[in-house]
Amino acid sequence: MKKSIVFLLPMVVFVGLAWVLYRGLYLDPREVPTPLIGKPAPDFHVESLETPGRQVDRKDLLGKVWLLNTWASWCVACRQEHPVLVEFAKTGLIPIVGLDYKDSRVEGMRWLAQFGNPYQTSAFDESGRIGIDYGIYAVPESFLIDKQGIIRYKQIGPFTPELLEQTLVPLIQRLNAQS
Amino acid sequence: MSVLRRALPRSIPAVLALALAALLACAALLPAARAAEAPEVGDNPAAERHMMQLAEELRCLQCQNQTLADSAAPLAVDLRQEIRELIAQGKNDDQIKAYLAARYGDFVFYRPPVKAKTLVLWYGPGVLLVLGLLALFLALRRRNARIEAEAAAVGGGLSAADAQRAQTLLAQDAAEGHLS
Amino acid sequence: MIPEIGNFALMVATAVALLLGTLPIVGAARGNVRWMAMARPAARLLFVLVIIAAGCLIASLVGNDFSDMYVAEVSSRALPLPYKLAAFWGGHEGSMLLWLLILSFWMFAVSVFSRHLPREMVARILGVMGLVALGFLLFIILTSDPFERMAQLVADGQDLNPLLQDPGMVAHPPMLYMGYVGFSVAFAFAIAALLGGNLDATWARWSRPWTTVAWTFLTVGICLGSAWAYYTLGWGGWWFWDPVENASFMPWLAGTALMHSLAVTEKRGGFKVWTVLLAIFAFSLSLLGTFLVRSGVLTSVHAFASDPRRGVFILLFLAVVIGGSLALFAWRAPRVGLGERFELISRETMLLVNNVLFLAAAACVLLGTLYPLILDSLGLEKLSVGPPYFDTVFVPLMVPALFLMGIGPLARWRQTSLPQIGARLKWAAGASVITAIAVPLLEGRFSFMVALGVLLAAWIFASSMTNLWSRISPRDGGQVGAKLLALPRGYLGMLCAHCGVAAFIVGITLVKGYEVEKDVRMAVGDTVALGPYTARFNGTSEGSGPNYLYLRGDFDVLRGDKVVATMHPEKHKFPSKGEPMTDAAISPGLLGDLYISLGEPVAGSAWVVRVYYKPFIDWIWGGCLIMAAGGALALSDRRYRQARRQTEFDPYGTTVGA
Repeated sequence: MKKSIVFLLPMVVFVGLAWVLYRGLYLDPREVPTPLIGKPAPDFHVESLETPGRQVDRKDLLGKVWLLNTWASWCVACRQEHPVLVEFAKTGLIPIVGLDYKDSRVEGMRWLAQFGNPYQTSAFDESGRIGIDYGIYAVPESFLIDKQGIIRYKQIGPFTPELLEQTLVPLIQRLNAQS
Repeated sequence: MSVLRRALPRSIPAVLALALAALLACAALLPAARAAEAPEVGDNPAAERHMMQLAEELRCLQCQNQTLADSAAPLAVDLRQEIRELIAQGKNDDQIKAYLAARYGDFVFYRPPVKAKTLVLWYGPGVLLVLGLLALFLALRRRNARIEAEAAAVGGGLSAADAQRAQTLLAQDAAEGHLS
Repeated sequence: MIPEIGNFALMVATAVALLLGTLPIVGAARGNVRWMAMARPAARLLFVLVIIAAGCLIASLVGNDFSDMYVAEVSSRALPLPYKLAAFWGGHEGSMLLWLLILSFWMFAVSVFSRHLPREMVARILGVMGLVALGFLLFIILTSDPFERMAQLVADGQDLNPLLQDPGMVAHPPMLYMGYVGFSVAFAFAIAALLGGNLDATWARWSRPWTTVAWTFLTVGICLGSAWAYYTLGWGGWWFWDPVENASFMPWLAGTALMHSLAVTEKRGGFKVWTVLLAIFAFSLSLLGTFLVRSGVLTSVHAFASDPRRGVFILLFLAVVIGGSLALFAWRAPRVGLGERFELISRETMLLVNNVLFLAAAACVLLGTLYPLILDSLGLEKLSVGPPYFDTVFVPLMVPALFLMGIGPLARWRQTSLPQIGARLKWAAGASVITAIAVPLLEGRFSFMVALGVLLAAWIFASSMTNLWSRISPRDGGQVGAKLLALPRGYLGMLCAHCGVAAFIVGITLVKGYEVEKDVRMAVGDTVALGPYTARFNGTSEGSGPNYLYLRGDFDVLRGDKVVATMHPEKHKFPSKGEPMTDAAISPGLLGDLYISLGEPVAGSAWVVRVYYKPFIDWIWGGCLIMAAGGALALSDRRYRQARRQTEFDPYGTTVGA
């Protein structure tokens, strides 16, 4: 009896392996969770895209729940997400601040003019500096930041209406309820 | 003299190995001295090399499994520059790694940190080796005992003459040394 | 028309595989001679049908039939003919057909070279292989059909990935698959033995040549892949512990353990159960590799486009094949008897220690490859495992195995004496230590890692030569030459393969220890020192190839003041792909390679150039080829050529042989 158990060992190991592989089929090996959740949103103090000379400072947004959305004129997936954001901005639930990542001012402005501007303002991160601080590696990425300036949620990849409705809005409401 | 003659045939492999060493040595890996040497890229070649050393253990997040050192992706170029600046600021390796981990998580390291979740990863194979050798040792001992037991149970042993013959044959076997 | 014929052939093949996978096996269990006799002809018919299908794909590729979706994906009008042929396996669907083609080829080979096997065994072996083929046929027809037609016609195809338009592409996948798929034969032998209950030493004897030939092909395949990466990718690397590379390496490790274990089982009739398990492992790892590469489960530069649906199918297939065989193992294995006795210190034991070491190494590679997935599936964390891990954990595991390689061949079967072996090897040991210390010092910088590597390589080489010399030395009469030719080829193959390993280690150690890498800004006329050589930049020129535009750099290589070579690194711009491809220039040499690759242009006509000097790097692949030559040598052993004439079972192989 005991001897037979040893012979079952390879089978048991395989079953475990098969389960891991099965789970893996529905995961994305390239999706990187951020270590910034629950941490203060990194400071930034840069020029705004629309009005050079005017500064966009993260500190200006303390006391509000807000969404930081990374986008760029060269980003194909952003075009998917943009109409969703434009609609969302119309609800006026929270301010959306854009982060124009590694873009040219001219192209960025043109893109907004063409596809709509849901942003209260867009910070112009020409060098990608702010992107590094926020751990951005793929565009679009978005961060939901609470009244104390803590990052509460990160979205990698474009928003869909379902995601907004089911995940983001309830969270916003919860955070808004906090003082 | 005869000592040398006896030693020589046996030491032929040794001579061969030393000849091999001579061959390797005269590969002349010693660098040639040249003038008009092209300048290395970057202001500080030593720092550049330091950066590349670090970059070789870091993952390029925009790529399909490439290091920061090898990748041409925009983020890789940016991060390499970032590391250059951190080195110029005098940060040490641990600080630079902590800087990156704070932004991208442990995923960015190709050398997984040794912590509770990775103990199996780092020590598993070694433990497996030790257990395997142990299991082999025990299995061999038990196996021999069982073979003895079975042999004793079966024939009750050979006749004395047969046993003697078997012994002689076995001894011959060992002496001839079945070397293949 | 032609793709439809191909499709039809595949469907008929599926029916044949279904028959082959059921009737002979049931027939063997019931003693039904007619059903068992179906195995050989069915296997051959399957081979013919798959050849027809393959032929149809080749015809479509060569004939530029872009109405076929696969052809449109991987080929184009301008693609040179050799690459049109190689495009057969340039994408997922075609590579699956290649898998099937090679599997049916092995089935054909087994049907031909199995006259000496009992009827039941042949029926079971071919039946099991037929079931595997059935799985692949269903996979191809249902999810990965290379004969699917385009909904809309296109004038030209999308062209083969430029990275794949290289001679390495023509050879690497077929060789690799011959190895991977070849392990299915050993697997089928193992399953047949478990099913039939006749697990004895003769089974090991029959299995051995099939295992050796698969191992040889796999060695060549991996070697080619590594060399190809070096020559093509432009960053001088040749092994990255990438999941797809690991997927081919794991079966190789298991296969090596299997070869050594089969030797024990053949000689002593012992550890049969363990050997059977290894045979199952080796093929299972091949299948696992196939899954990993195509399912999207892991990130890799080599991975095919992923599709969870395909992933699920392969996973189910894995579950049936591997799960089924392990279940059969758990059921049947406990009843298998022991073999002959051998002592704790003996060649058998050393071979088994080799097994433990190789399996621990394979477990290391498996663990490292899958760990990110394991943690992610448990929802714990996202981690990366890369070369630093493998270098730290894998290498120390292999060191004892390399050391053992020197002692094992000198150990006697059944019982051996370590002091005696030590006495015979003392010269070899001494020479190895001296070499290990001398080489790093002579290079100007002592390094422990280099010393260790050289020590192991010299040890393996010196002890192998000691072993050989003791057999062919004229001291006991006879001529060296005659004695050499009289030696069994299995034995010579072993020595050759072991020396191949030594060469391989020399290559790795010296490259890692002493390679020179520089990123330099070069204007026309500038020079850079590389080891004992100097490279001088003479400017660039432009031109066009068959399906690309190129920019070519011109470099002179000098030793002292004499020009010894000219090198032309290039940048290729393909119209279909955006990024230009870097084609590094390599000047190979027995003692080292020079490697130059163009970076970016800078002000004026200057360029950023990456240059390498890689000492002894070709010994890496030379060593692998020598290993493979050893395998081939062992296969030409007299007893395999005599096998056909043998009808009698010879349980413990007392005829002369390795």
